[in-house]
Amino acid sequence: MKYVDEFRDGALARNLAHSLAAAVDPARTYSFMEFCGGHTHALARYGVVDLLPASVRMVHGPGCPVCVLPIGRIDLAIGLALERGVILCTYGDVMRVPASGGLSLLRARARGADIRMVYSPADALQLARTHPQRDVVFLAIGFETTTPPSALVLRQAAREGLKNFSVLCCHVLTPSAITHILESPEVAQYGTLALDGFVGPAHVSIVIGSAPYEPFASAWHKPVVISGFEPLDMMQSILMLVRQVNDGRAEVENQFTRAVNREGNRAAQAVMAEVFELRDSFEWRGLGEVAHSALKIRPAFAAFDAEQRYALQYRAVPDHKQCECGAILRGVRQPTDCKLFGTVCTPENPMGSCMVSSEGSCAAHYTYGRWRDIPVVAA
Amino acid sequence: MSSRKPGYLRPIDFRDGVVDMNHGAGGRLGAQLVDDLFARAFDNEFLNQGNDGALLPVPPGQRLVMATDAHVISPLFFPGGDIGSLAVYGTVNDVAMLGAQPMYLSAAFVLEEGFALAQLRRIVLSMAAASRLCGVPIVTGDTKVVERGKGDGVFITTTGLGMLPQARDISGANARAGDAVLLSGSIGEHGVAVMAQRASLQFETGIESDSAPLHTLVAALLQAVPEGAVHVLRDPTRGGLATTLNEIARQSGVGMLLQESTIAVLPQVAGACELLGLDPLYIANEGKMVVVVAPDAAPAALQALRAHPLGRRAAQIGQVVADAQGFVQMTTGLGGRRVVDWLSGEPLPRIC
Repeated sequence: MKYVDEFRDGALARNLAHSLAAAVDPARTYSFMEFCGGHTHALARYGVVDLLPASVRMVHGPGCPVCVLPIGRIDLAIGLALERGVILCTYGDVMRVPASGGLSLLRARARGADIRMVYSPADALQLARTHPQRDVVFLAIGFETTTPPSALVLRQAAREGLKNFSVLCCHVLTPSAITHILESPEVAQYGTLALDGFVGPAHVSIVIGSAPYEPFASAWHKPVVISGFEPLDMMQSILMLVRQVNDGRAEVENQFTRAVNREGNRAAQAVMAEVFELRDSFEWRGLGEVAHSALKIRPAFAAFDAEQRYALQYRAVPDHKQCECGAILRGVRQPTDCKLFGTVCTPENPMGSCMVSSEGSCAAHYTYGRWRDIPVVAA
Repeated sequence: MSSRKPGYLRPIDFRDGVVDMNHGAGGRLGAQLVDDLFARAFDNEFLNQGNDGALLPVPPGQRLVMATDAHVISPLFFPGGDIGSLAVYGTVNDVAMLGAQPMYLSAAFVLEEGFALAQLRRIVLSMAAASRLCGVPIVTGDTKVVERGKGDGVFITTTGLGMLPQARDISGANARAGDAVLLSGSIGEHGVAVMAQRASLQFETGIESDSAPLHTLVAALLQAVPEGAVHVLRDPTRGGLATTLNEIARQSGVGMLLQESTIAVLPQVAGACELLGLDPLYIANEGKMVVVVAPDAAPAALQALRAHPLGRRAAQIGQVVADAQGFVQMTTGLGGRRVVDWLSGEPLPRIC
C-alpha cells in the first residue's frame, strides 16, 4: 500500500537496527517510555522490540484512551442508556470495557439499552437530527486527538439549537499525565523507575504541537522525541533518544516532521478552547485522581453537557485488588509481574484497564508477545 | 412442486408485494409462494418429487458428509454477492473442506413480515443460479414467516450433503510438524466489502466479496497430489485467517510459523483496514482456503491451486511447527516476530 509500506520496509528496518546496535553504549542500559497506546500497539504488532538492542527497554505508558477511562464513567453512560432511555453513541473500542455489575456497553446493549458504535461524533449529531423524539448522548473519550471533533459537534449542536443532543465529556490531557508520571514517587523520589526519555505522541502532537513537551526537557531533563506511529518512525525515534542520552542532551526533537510542528493546529486549539475548560481534577483508571488533567464543557454550552442535563453524580469504582494496572500504567511494573495476567485476566475477560483495548500494555503483550515468556520448540 | 395447476385467485405481486403472515401459515398463499418462486427457481428432479423429504441416491462405497450453516447478514446485498449465493457457497465449501464432493443442499427460509417480495425473488434467483453453477441441487426446503421486528428481513439456513471416498481423511486434527501451510489467495475482501456497505460507514472501496464455491478447486488440488498428502482444508470465514489457523493449531496440537510478507492483501483491503484500525488477518473471507499439506507435496499442490481461476494467487504462507502451546507466530514484514492470536470478540475499530 503506497505511503504506508514505505514505513514498514524490512530492509530499512534492518539498517536502523544496525545503527541502533552501533549507537548504544555497551556500558549502560536505556529505558524509554512510549506514552501512546498507538505506539505500544505498533511495537507489538510489528515485532519492533525484536529489532532493538537488548539494552533498550521500552516502558509502556498510560496513553491508551480506553484504558485510562475509569469504571465510574462507563457506569454513568450505561445508566443513561438503561435508565434514562437515551441513544448512547461512542467509539468502537469503548464497547467492551468492563464496568460495574459485570456490565459493559456491549452487555448493556444485550439487556435492551440503545447503544450505538459510531466512527465520528458527527454521526451521533446526525442521529440526534434524525431522531428528534429521542435523547442522544455522545460518550466522548480520548486525548487531544479526539477532542477537536467533540468540540466541533458541540458548537454545531448549539448553532442548530438541538434540544436532544448532549456530550458526556471524558477528554483527558497528555502533558498532565506525563507530569504525573514524572512527579510520581517511583520516578521523583525513590528512583525505582528509571526513565531516560519519552517517545512523544504522534496524533496528539499534531493538535497540540511540540511546545507543550518542552518543560519535560528543560525542567526534568528528559529527552522527548515526537514519533510517528509507523514501525520505522519508532525505530528512528528510539535511535534519536539513544543519541540524546549518549550526548547528555535533553531536548524536544521531532521525528514526525511530516505532520507535527511546534505550534500545532491553531484552529483545533481554538475550537477546543471555545467549548472546553480545565477540570480541577479527574480520575484516571490506574492513576487515580490527577489534577488539571481533563476537560469539561464550558457553562456557555451547559445545555449540551450530559453531566448537567441529567444531573449525573460521579461515583469512583476501585479496580480488582490484585490488579497491577496502576503500576503498569506508570511504568513501574510489567504485565507479566501481575498475578492476574493471562490467568483470570485475558482479553476475553479483562479485569483491569490495560487488558481492555489492543493498545493497552497487557492486551498488547498477551496478544502479540506472550510467546516470549514461554519456550517454543521449533520444528 | 406438483404438476397440478391450482386456480389461484391472483398472481403473486413480485414488484410491490411484501411477505405477510399468510405466506407462512401453511395455506394456499404459502403453497403459491412455494410453487411460483422456490420450486420454479430451484427446479430439479429431487425437489419435484413433491414430498416432505427428498429421496436421494447414494453411490456405493462412499461415506456421507453433512454440514449446515445459518446465514444472517446485513446488508442482504453487497458487492460481489448476496445472502442467497452466500448461503449456497458457504455450505458447499463446508462440505468440500473435508475433501468431499458436495451433492445435495437443503434450504430453510425465515422471512420477516413486511419483507419485499421483489427482494426475496432476487435472493431466491441468486440461490438458484449459485446452485446450478456448483452443480449441487437444492432438493428440499422450508419457509416460515415471523412477525415484523422479529427477524432481519430474511435468514437462510442451508444444509449440504457430500460424498467422501472411504480412504480419504482430511481433518483439522491432521496437521503435523513440518507440513506446509498454503493459502489460496488474498484475504479480507468479503469482510471489507460487507463492512463498507453498512449504514454507519458507507465508504467507497470498489472491493467485491470473494464469495465463491471452492469444491472444484479442492477437486483439482486432490487430483494433483497423492491421496493422504493433504492433511487439512479449511476456509477462513468468520474470524479470518488468524482464527482458522488457531483452530487448526489447537485441534492438531501443533504450532505454526507464518511469514507476513507471503500473505496477499489487496491494496484496497489494506487501505480500508488501515483506516478502520482493523487487521486483515481477522477479516472474513468467503472464497479462500487454507491447505495444510505434506512438505514434499507442497510444490505440486501450489501448482494445482495456481492453475485454477480461484487459486491464481495461492502461496505458501508458513509451516507447521511442534509447539505444545499451540501458538501461531508470524515473522513480520519488518523482521520481528509476533503472535497471531485468536480474535477476542467482534473486531472493533480503534479510535487512535
